Amino acid sequence: MSLLEIKDLTVEFPSRRGIFVAVEQVDLTINPGEILGVVGESGAGKSTVGNAVISLLQSPGRVANGTIHLKGERIDDLDEELMKAVRGKRIGMIFQDPLTSLNPLETVGAQLIETIQLHLKFNDKDARARAIDLLTQVGIPDPDTRIDHYPHQFSGGMRQRVVIALALCSDPEVVIADEPTTALDVSVQAQILELLKKLCEERNVGMMLVTHDMGVIAETTDRVAVMYRGKLVELGSTEQVLKNPQHDYTKSLISAVPRPDKRIHRFPLVTYIEDAHDSKDDLDIASHWLGKTRDYEKVEGPLLSVDNLHMRFITKHAFFKRNEQYLDAVKDVSFDIQQGEVFGLVGESGSGKSTVARMITGIYHPTGGAVNFAGANLTQISNQKELNHYRRQMQMVFQDPFSSLNGRMRVEDIVAEPIHFHKQTSSNSEARAIVHDLLEIVGLGAQAARKFPHEFSGGQRQRISIARALATRPRFLVCDEPTSALDVSIQAQILNLLKDLQEELGLTMLFISHDLPVIRQMCDRVGVMRHGQLLEVAQTETLFETPQHDYSKHLLELMPKFEGPALAS
Amino acid sequence: MLGFIFKRLLQSILVMLAVAFITFGLFRFVGDPVNNMVGQDTTLEEREELREQLGLNDPFVVQFARFTANAMRGEFGQSYSLRIPVSELLRERLPATLELSIISAILALVLGMPMGIYAAIRRDSWLTKLFLTSSLVGVSLPTFLIGILLILIFGVMLRWLPTFGRGEVVYLGWWSTGLLTVSGLKALILPSITLAIFQMTLIMRLVRAEMLEVLRTDFIKFGRARGLGNRALHFRHALKNTLIPVITITGLQLGSIIAFSLITESVFQWPGMGLMFIQAIGNADIPVMAAYLVLIAFIFVAINLIVDILYVRVDPRLRVSGGKK
Amino acid sequence: MTINQSAEQPAERGPVADFIHRLRDHDVWYSFWHTPMAIFAAFIALVMVLSAIFAPFLAPQNPFDLAVIDLLDSNLPPSWMEEGDPRFLLGTDDQGRDILSTVLYGSRISLLVGFAAVVLSLIAGVGLGLISGYVGGRTDAIIMRIADIQLSFPSILIALLIDGIVRTIMSKESHESLALYVIIFAIAISGWVQYARTVRSSVMTEKVKEYVQAGQVIGLGSFTIMIRHILPNVLGPVFVIGTIHLALAIIIEATLSFLGVGLPPTTPSLGTLIRVGNEYLFSGEWWITIFPGLTLVVLALAVNLFGDWLRDAMNPKLQ
Repeated sequence: MSLLEIKDLTVEFPSRRGIFVAVEQVDLTINPGEILGVVGESGAGKSTVGNAVISLLQSPGRVANGTIHLKGERIDDLDEELMKAVRGKRIGMIFQDPLTSLNPLETVGAQLIETIQLHLKFNDKDARARAIDLLTQVGIPDPDTRIDHYPHQFSGGMRQRVVIALALCSDPEVVIADEPTTALDVSVQAQILELLKKLCEERNVGMMLVTHDMGVIAETTDRVAVMYRGKLVELGSTEQVLKNPQHDYTKSLISAVPRPDKRIHRFPLVTYIEDAHDSKDDLDIASHWLGKTRDYEKVEGPLLSVDNLHMRFITKHAFFKRNEQYLDAVKDVSFDIQQGEVFGLVGESGSGKSTVARMITGIYHPTGGAVNFAGANLTQISNQKELNHYRRQMQMVFQDPFSSLNGRMRVEDIVAEPIHFHKQTSSNSEARAIVHDLLEIVGLGAQAARKFPHEFSGGQRQRISIARALATRPRFLVCDEPTSALDVSIQAQILNLLKDLQEELGLTMLFISHDLPVIRQMCDRVGVMRHGQLLEVAQTETLFETPQHDYSKHLLELMPKFEGPALAS
Repeated sequence: MLGFIFKRLLQSILVMLAVAFITFGLFRFVGDPVNNMVGQDTTLEEREELREQLGLNDPFVVQFARFTANAMRGEFGQSYSLRIPVSELLRERLPATLELSIISAILALVLGMPMGIYAAIRRDSWLTKLFLTSSLVGVSLPTFLIGILLILIFGVMLRWLPTFGRGEVVYLGWWSTGLLTVSGLKALILPSITLAIFQMTLIMRLVRAEMLEVLRTDFIKFGRARGLGNRALHFRHALKNTLIPVITITGLQLGSIIAFSLITESVFQWPGMGLMFIQAIGNADIPVMAAYLVLIAFIFVAINLIVDILYVRVDPRLRVSGGKK
Repeated sequence: MTINQSAEQPAERGPVADFIHRLRDHDVWYSFWHTPMAIFAAFIALVMVLSAIFAPFLAPQNPFDLAVIDLLDSNLPPSWMEEGDPRFLLGTDDQGRDILSTVLYGSRISLLVGFAAVVLSLIAGVGLGLISGYVGGRTDAIIMRIADIQLSFPSILIALLIDGIVRTIMSKESHESLALYVIIFAIAISGWVQYARTVRSSVMTEKVKEYVQAGQVIGLGSFTIMIRHILPNVLGPVFVIGTIHLALAIIIEATLSFLGVGLPPTTPSLGTLIRVGNEYLFSGEWWITIFPGLTLVVLALAVNLFGDWLRDAMNPKLQ
């Protein structure tokens, strides 16, 4: 008999526009000591399965059909009182964001002891001893003092450990971990996954690990369930699913994961999710308006070079200068980008890579140093008109597709704005035709023009963002984590699009990412950043094969070793 | 922590100076103080002498400094219309307003908080709907109209309660209180209810909104997933987090009750500072207006300061970052 | 230049048809037609606004026309009572004016003051909030300190103070003729802070969003970004505040007039009518006070109910 058995589970969310079926006829089992990965992209319904098990569905969601058994005992039809005795006691839960999972006004110890006493009826002293013991088990140093600290005194990774300790308070039989490492940095992620694996093994707990990340699946789980639009499309041992996927969706999902081990030209098989159509064959971009009238000055040497770029943010204003607190987000960074080259910047959050991009594009004014573009030092130009001349040649694609488009404007107005501003054409009808072509080129089609951004998915919005960036006919494109907010299959499509455009238009690119495999797929040369400093610049292949700096080695070690199936097709 | 309080104190002093400046401006430039103090038949020389005496010919800064120094001692000169020192007037009127305001504030808190909590926890009960709808009626009913209605029902039609004045008062030193006599207590009922209703609806809606906000947070959801029951979630985890913003706004409310009391005082002819202020406006009695403004501002600033300190006491995030090792 | 003209055009609608289509598809629109309370409140408010606008055509009598007023008709109770006169449905006041007519004209003035004050404070508050949030730094600090100081005084006190100052500066006669403008100004000044603070905090969240940075990368100037990009994104809550402020402004005006520092009896608002009638309350002539009072409450309640619904509808996460 399996530990947890989910049969024929269907979850519905009734809404104004009809009933949305979030999970449809899913069958899953979890055995003691086993980690079952539930993987899928956004909207796949993977988190909903976990919430349904513990009957904490977000309103107005409801289990429309199916049964859930815990050790042979049916739990989906328990009333609220009986369910409370299951939650926390027999099934533990870990959420994504450790920053918001804990009550900020109570000490960690108080929250642990509360949970322990609730389920185990310990006296105060025993409960405290157990709480300290749990903190020790999840690897919190100095638990005797830390137990009396408040959540804000812990770092993100440490907080997630506390959350895990809370989930383990009464030795649950099953633990549901919902994206437990998504909000954490790579180096912390590895430690937390290691901890989860160890705890499962030692305590013989069955775990459901919900994630969107194939790397996490590959490193942690024993079996994996692949979900797509509410349905379970594939279930098998992790080894089998990753090496020899059966379902078309799984195949396309796996092939979309950027490979860390070698560079491939384009991502194959990414058409399962119909987010856009490929239209590059319809138009010959090079002979099109976009490719023509490139009236730029010829440049000898690098197109862009930054010298000793420095950025200091004041974090606390004060009346006296000496009392001010500040943060040097970027310290003396210098590098060149050759024409037609794709230059990558990689680093963890807070490394200053995005700040560099924002200084180059003029969003921030650097505290020190120079940005030389096409032979002009942009930081020295104060004449707005002259500056706009260079601004036009340099555009940017942003990270968050949900905030990078003004929701109150139509797509055609968004894309046409730079055309009008830089007086690329005088007639409205021509501008309109250009916008329609741009939308074709990025794979959306002209009918997108009359719509508003909220009518599109994340990937489609990122395409709109690219169309807007292309509308000034730039020769230099800055991409700041352009795919980090997207699902992998969408990421693959966007990366393909960027590669195509780069080649056909001969764009020079600065590509910023925290994701090493993505960097490997996209860039010719790479710079590694940490704490505002540029530690190493090397050819991409050189960096991945023989990294020089210790930190680069460290990053490469932490990189998920997801290699996928042998490259078929 | 100490630095924080010091900073707040400095800000409060700045606010008080700003208020003092405005009221001084009123004093100095709105109407001629001498004209207001003397009769028609005073000669030019006498006027000039008075100007000199009052220091009206001194430089601006000196005058402002003198005004501020006087204000700190509670001296605002003579009332134009009543011809008695403003400080005396204030001492006579202050107890009436404070008693009315504090009783109303307690009433509003004691009723408003539980109603707000109830409305947040039992979101769909019929009582919640009743609370919410009647709170909208409460917000839509101008205070003076509530007063008039209460007077009409309990004073004119039923003749149960007095409709004006404070009743009999007892003097404890200079403080006059109506709380120790039956007629004083009876006289307090209608005005305090009038004043409390609007504040009560505000507090109720605020508590409800804040609590709903907290109940939506992840840590409540996580608490539920840990198996915590409703009681622990609502009263231990949610309520404490709700109280933080509620403290701030309730503190400010107390201040505004004192200011709002002028409407109630006017309806019930309650001999407090508000009534005095209204009469002062009608008579263009600048010293009284100035004194009232400075006093109200002082009460506000003091409450604000206390609220900020309380805030630090309740929220460990502030406590620790203030005095980090 | 090769421009692909063959791209199929989406079904074009005229701008008006398009607006209607989007409106009908909008969640707020949907919510409105599925909330009976909101429909009811909107209906009542609309009826009252319309009858105030068309008061000269609807009122049985022009209460300011001395020729039609007869002192002999003074203090008549409503027509359904024993001594009532069928000519005066809601009775008459001490000067023999028809209550129904004075209430219609009075709500006309109350609404005028309310709308004008709301529009003025909205413009001032939104403008200052935009500047404060977008420019930041010292400008922001100054505007927000002023707002903080003002916020520590209830709006009624601010309005009273402004009225008091104007009263002191001006002679009684010129004050009376200007009273309407003074009171609109006073209420407007007392209300801008709410808008400014809300808009400022929305601007602060909006301005770090990437669409604003995208505008900067294009090269757009601050003013263009502020007006074309940020402003439309922060207006949502402003409508909610505006609605609730309308009810509040009407109440403040009535309160000021009731206290005798608002509108004079020559241009009576609902508040003035209540004050005048209040003197007759003890002698049993309740109708002189109660009908304007009731009108005031129903008007404020209808607007508040609508505003309350609007706030919930604009904030789907609250449900």
